[in-house]
Amino acid sequence: MNTDSKRRERSALSTILSLLPGTTWLCLFMLAPLLVIVLISFCTRGDYGQVEHVFTFENYKRVAGYGTFGFDSVYPIILLRSIWLGACTVLLTAIAALPLAFVISKLPGKFRLLGLIIVVIPFWSNLLVRTFAWQMLLAPDSTLSRFAQWLHLVPSGTGLYPGSLAIYLCMVCDYLPFMILPVYASVEKLDWSLAEAAMDLGARGWPLFRHALLPQIRPGLLAGSALVFLPATGQFLIPDLLGGAKTVMLGNLLQQQFGQSRDWPFGSAIATLALLLLGAFLVLVRIVQGNRKVECE
Amino acid sequence: MNNRSSLFTRAAALLLVLFLYAPLIIVIKNSFNEAPFGLEWKGFTLKWYVKLWNDDLARSALKNSALLAIVSTTVSTILGTLLALGWSRASARWSKWISGLLYIPVCVPDIVMGVSLLLFYSMVRQWLGIFQLGLLTMILAHVTFQLPFVALVVRARLTGTDPAIVEAAEDLGANPWQRFLYVTFPLAVPGIAAGALLAFTLSLDDFVVSFFTSGPGSTTLPILIYSSIKRGLSPEINALSTLLIAASVIGTVFMALLEGEKLVKNSTPV
Repeated sequence: MNTDSKRRERSALSTILSLLPGTTWLCLFMLAPLLVIVLISFCTRGDYGQVEHVFTFENYKRVAGYGTFGFDSVYPIILLRSIWLGACTVLLTAIAALPLAFVISKLPGKFRLLGLIIVVIPFWSNLLVRTFAWQMLLAPDSTLSRFAQWLHLVPSGTGLYPGSLAIYLCMVCDYLPFMILPVYASVEKLDWSLAEAAMDLGARGWPLFRHALLPQIRPGLLAGSALVFLPATGQFLIPDLLGGAKTVMLGNLLQQQFGQSRDWPFGSAIATLALLLLGAFLVLVRIVQGNRKVECE
Repeated sequence: MNNRSSLFTRAAALLLVLFLYAPLIIVIKNSFNEAPFGLEWKGFTLKWYVKLWNDDLARSALKNSALLAIVSTTVSTILGTLLALGWSRASARWSKWISGLLYIPVCVPDIVMGVSLLLFYSMVRQWLGIFQLGLLTMILAHVTFQLPFVALVVRARLTGTDPAIVEAAEDLGANPWQRFLYVTFPLAVPGIAAGALLAFTLSLDDFVVSFFTSGPGSTTLPILIYSSIKRGLSPEINALSTLLIAASVIGTVFMALLEGEKLVKNSTPV
C-alpha cells in the first residue's frame, strides 16, 4: 500500500517533469509574445517610431476608421477584404475538394492512399515557391494569359497578374489540400444506401446531393473551412507577390506597420484584432459543430 | 450513381490535380531551360545549378537554413517527445489544457506569430540586452512552431500502442526506467522520427516567421528567394526552388513511409 502510493507519486512527478520543459517553452515564446502584442496595442508611437508607454485607445480607433483627420474607410475596408478573401477561398476550395474526394474514395483500396499522397505532395512544397510559380504561369506570354487575350478578356500583351484573379487562383491552389483531407475523411465514411434510397424516391442531381449526401459530409466541410479560413485570412505572401496596390490585405498591412512605417502600437492593434477575429471564428465553428451533434442525437 | 456524372467528376478531379501540379511543373521545367527569362523552351541545361553552386549568397543561405533546421529540429524533437510522453499519461482535465496550449501556435497565423516574436525580442532586448536578431532568435521561433507538431505526431503513436505491452514488461519485473528505455521508447521511435522529419521540413520551408525574426547575416533560402523575386528575377531562383521542392517532398514521403501504416489504417474502412 505504502509502496503503491509512493510509486504513484513518483509517476505523477515524472509526468509533471516531462511536461514542464515543453509547456514552459510555449508559455515563454508563444503566450508571452501574444500578451506583449496586446499590451503594446494600447501604447503610443513616439516621434522616431519608438514605443512610448502612454495608455491610449487611439490605435483601435484608427483601425475602425477614426483617425486624426476624421473618418477614413481605408483600414475597415482592408479588414473586410481579408475576411472576404478568406470566405471566398473556403467556398472555392470546398467546391473543388468534393469531386477530388469522391474520385479518390471510389478508387480501389490500395490506390486510395496513393491518391491522397498525390493530392497532398504539392502542399508540402514551399508556399513561396508556388506563389512565385504563379507569377510565371500568369505572365503575359504564358498559355493561360494568351488564352485570355484570345478571348479578349484582357488586352493583348498583358498578363493575368498582378490582380485579384491571380490571388484567388493561387489561394485555391495552395489551400485545396487543407480542405481535401477532412472532406475526404467524411466522404470515405458516406452511407451510400441513403443516396440509393433518395434515388428510389426520385431524387436526382442537386436535391439528391443536398439531402442525402451533404448532411453526411458537413462535419468534414466544417473542419476544412476552419483549416482554410484561419491561414487564408492572415495570408500576406500571396497578395504581396501576386496582387497590386489595390489588394492590400490584413497581412500586408501588418507587415507595413512592422516594416517601413514602423508603427508597432498600431500594428499590434491590427494583430490583436486578427487574433480576436480568429478566436470568434473558432467559437462559431464550435457552436455549429455542437448544434449538429445535438441534432443528430 | 450514374456513369455520366461520374465521368464528369473524374474529369474535374483530373483537371484539379493538373491545377495543383502546374506551379511545381513550371518551376522544375524552367530550372532546366536554356532561356534565362520567359517560358519558351530553348533546350536542356544544368548551367543554373552550376551557377547556383558557385553563388556565395546562395551558399551562405544554404548554410544558415541547414543550421537553423538541424538545431531547431533537435531541440523541438526532444521537447516535443517529452511533452507527448507526459501528455499521454496526464489526466483528462490536464490533457485538455495541454492540447489547448498546443493548438495556439497551430491556429495563430504565422504573420501574427512573427510580429509578436519580433516585439517580444525587442522588449527583452531593452531590459536584458539579449536576443539580437539573428540565427538564435530564429531557432527559438522555429522551435515554437515545430514543438506542437512533434508532440501531436508522437502522442498519436503513443496512444496507438497497446498498453498491454507495457503491463507485460511490468509483470516481468521491469522498473519504470527499464520500461521506458526498452519498451515505450523503441515503440515510439517511428513516431519520433516522423515528427522530426515534419519539424525539419517545416523549418526549411518557413518564410514568414523567419522573415520577422531574422537579422543581418542570417538570410535563409526562402528569404533569399523572396528578396530575389522582389528585386527582379535571376534565373537561378528556379534551380534553387526546385532543390527546395525536392527536399520537402522527399522529407514528406519518408514521413509517410514511417507513419504510412497508420494512414492506411485510417483511410481504409474495416
